Amino acid sequence: MADSHSTGPSVAFAAVTKRYSGGAVAVDDVSLEIAGGAFVALVGSSGSGKSTLLKMINRLIVPSAGVVRIDGADVADGPAYALRRRIGYVFQNIGLFPHMTVGENVAIGLRLAGERDTAARVAALLDLVDLPQAFAARMPDALSGGQRQRVGVARALATAPGLLLLDEPFGALDPVTRDQLGNAVRALHDRLGLTTIMVTHDMAEGLILADRVLVMDAGRIVADATPQALLAGQGGAVADALVAVPSEQARRLRALEEGA
Amino acid sequence: MSPFLDAMTRVPPLLAAHLLLAAAALALGLTISLPLAIWSARRPGVARVALGFASLVQTIPSLALLALFYPLLLFVSGLAGGGIPALGFLPSLLALTLYALLPILRNGVTGMAGIDPAVIEAADGMGMTAWQKLRLVEAPLVAPVLMAGVRTAAVWTIGAATLSTTVGQPSLGDLIFAGLQTQNWALVLAGCVSAAGLALAVDALLGLIERGIATRRRGRVYGAGAVLLLAVLAALAPLAVPRAPTIVIGSKNFSEQYILARVIGHRLERAGYRVEYREGLGSAVIYGALSSGAIDVYVDYAGTLWTNAMRRRDTPARPAMVAAIGNWSARTSGVRLLGALGFENAYAFAMRGDAARAKGIVSLDDLVRAAPGLTLGSDLEFLERPEWAAVQRAYPIRFAATHAYSPTFMYRALESGQADVISAFSSDGRIAAEHLTVLTDPRRAIPGYDAILLLAPKRAKDARLAAALTPLVGRIPVAAMREANYLVDRDRNKVSPEGAARWLERRLGL
Repeated sequence: MADSHSTGPSVAFAAVTKRYSGGAVAVDDVSLEIAGGAFVALVGSSGSGKSTLLKMINRLIVPSAGVVRIDGADVADGPAYALRRRIGYVFQNIGLFPHMTVGENVAIGLRLAGERDTAARVAALLDLVDLPQAFAARMPDALSGGQRQRVGVARALATAPGLLLLDEPFGALDPVTRDQLGNAVRALHDRLGLTTIMVTHDMAEGLILADRVLVMDAGRIVADATPQALLAGQGGAVADALVAVPSEQARRLRALEEGA
Repeated sequence: MSPFLDAMTRVPPLLAAHLLLAAAALALGLTISLPLAIWSARRPGVARVALGFASLVQTIPSLALLALFYPLLLFVSGLAGGGIPALGFLPSLLALTLYALLPILRNGVTGMAGIDPAVIEAADGMGMTAWQKLRLVEAPLVAPVLMAGVRTAAVWTIGAATLSTTVGQPSLGDLIFAGLQTQNWALVLAGCVSAAGLALAVDALLGLIERGIATRRRGRVYGAGAVLLLAVLAALAPLAVPRAPTIVIGSKNFSEQYILARVIGHRLERAGYRVEYREGLGSAVIYGALSSGAIDVYVDYAGTLWTNAMRRRDTPARPAMVAAIGNWSARTSGVRLLGALGFENAYAFAMRGDAARAKGIVSLDDLVRAAPGLTLGSDLEFLERPEWAAVQRAYPIRFAATHAYSPTFMYRALESGQADVISAFSSDGRIAAEHLTVLTDPRRAIPGYDAILLLAPKRAKDARLAAALTPLVGRIPVAAMREANYLVDRDRNKVSPEGAARWLERRLGL
């Protein structure tokens, strides 16, 4: 299925601004290129504008100014639903349809695309996110939080999109599940050749999973570097402050280990 | 057969009419409120206006809402050049539809607002169009809440449909109103039990659909839906059979009217007509029902038309008044006055005989003096009628208090001393039977109330119909009418209006 993608599409922001009617500026004149096949983490504190920037890619939010392009094509061309069907979208609150089985949830994108015989695809997608195939018949409320988000990921990948948008995807999960699911998504990204953009407030998650980390503050990109460069202190003041937390934690854990 | 089982034999056609009316109102209510609920969910401003309007409607008593549609439809019909019925099915349907709006609308809006925003975000993120989102996500999630509203609306509509009797639409209310007036409790019980049974059955079926949706059991939903549909089809079936031309006989809501309607009906049946009864029509709407053709024949009282419809304040001699009314009705609406039946049912002030003697009251002049210490019990409409205004113009009467009762309870109030004076009817059998004193009217404030037989415009030139009914003209003396009324109105050994009509026919050789 999705393996047929050689690489996911590129994403480009050109002078993109989102200003709300109250005057608040969520995203302030951001220009940025994301290469096809990249795994990019958008890191920042709450209110930094990272979710807004992400949602302007699939038009859940419409920019006040500027253009967002996917593989060179303006996302504003054509109906929003057609654009969104080509983009996988996973977010913190998951939003599984409570009146549909897991299988129906996973298959919803296929159903929207007019495909009928989806049982085999659903089974394959559940395999992909390491869920037993028997889960297809369950209702979402019978699942744990981590299992639900796995279903969310399977649902987002059902139509084999090249681009995967993740908005705080693991924010509500316990640390163990969070780590497992993060690794699983990274593995899927590599295996399917996706372009993945992940919003997170957790710098450690960004550093571990992504190839490139963008740090946002007050609507602007204040750092744009590889995880290695950020850890080396090359991201500027805001990035350093965010990197300092996991670095300090790692240092203390190591100290505990050596002390023991 | 027991009186209750006897009453139950009248239920099936009324039950069918009741079900059709309620089902039509519910269907129309759904058709209006579903799109409105969706629109309201998308725009808070629309929700405020729509819910505000629906709540306002709910504050209007259902009886008043039904009554309000009569003048409204008359007005609209006038604008449209006629042809819109102001009585019967249409006003009932519209009033009940308005009643059904609120619970459906409110539950629809509440249900839409209660959907987890994450689910909506997922639907958008998956690339659903607005229609797909409504069909695949919002509708199934709102359905259980919405169905609860539909159930409430159904129960309300079925309950309120009993009131459609007052605007001339047959319903189970026919039994309840007729039974209340004639104190035929078996009839009241039959009407109530049937209406309650219908409401419970429909509620249970809708409940099955509601739970079927919630638990994703399609079979239950379709099964219960099929039962409801079959019930409506069964109620519709009699309408599909072509029927012989039918004469619709109207009556107001008291015993004498029920009896006279049956007397008219029996004569017409003997003359080969099919007849139908529209009983319990309000005094204010019944003449309109006749002139618009919703009913074909009924008995009214000269003074009622004189003071209400014609707005006259003078009180000429009785024969002159009847002639003037005949001219007026033929001229203004084409209604034909076939003749006076021979008795008068005038508004009269009555007191308990012993009380009147003790206080030395024989006339309304005497009442002026004593009234400040007395309580007036009136029927439900008397205090609003021009006759009461005319009495007040002629006699400066000020009662200590006034209470309105339905006629039956008015006599009870007089008997028990809760009322000292009542607005009685001169043909009422209880006047003689309960030894009441009828006060004289020396200043002739109250006009004559000859019972007159009226025919709808489309029947005015029907010679066969006139020939069948003309023998009634001048044939019913007040003593016979009083006795017949008393057969129905007395507390013991009550006779049905049908039985009293037979008795009257035998007594008068009709």
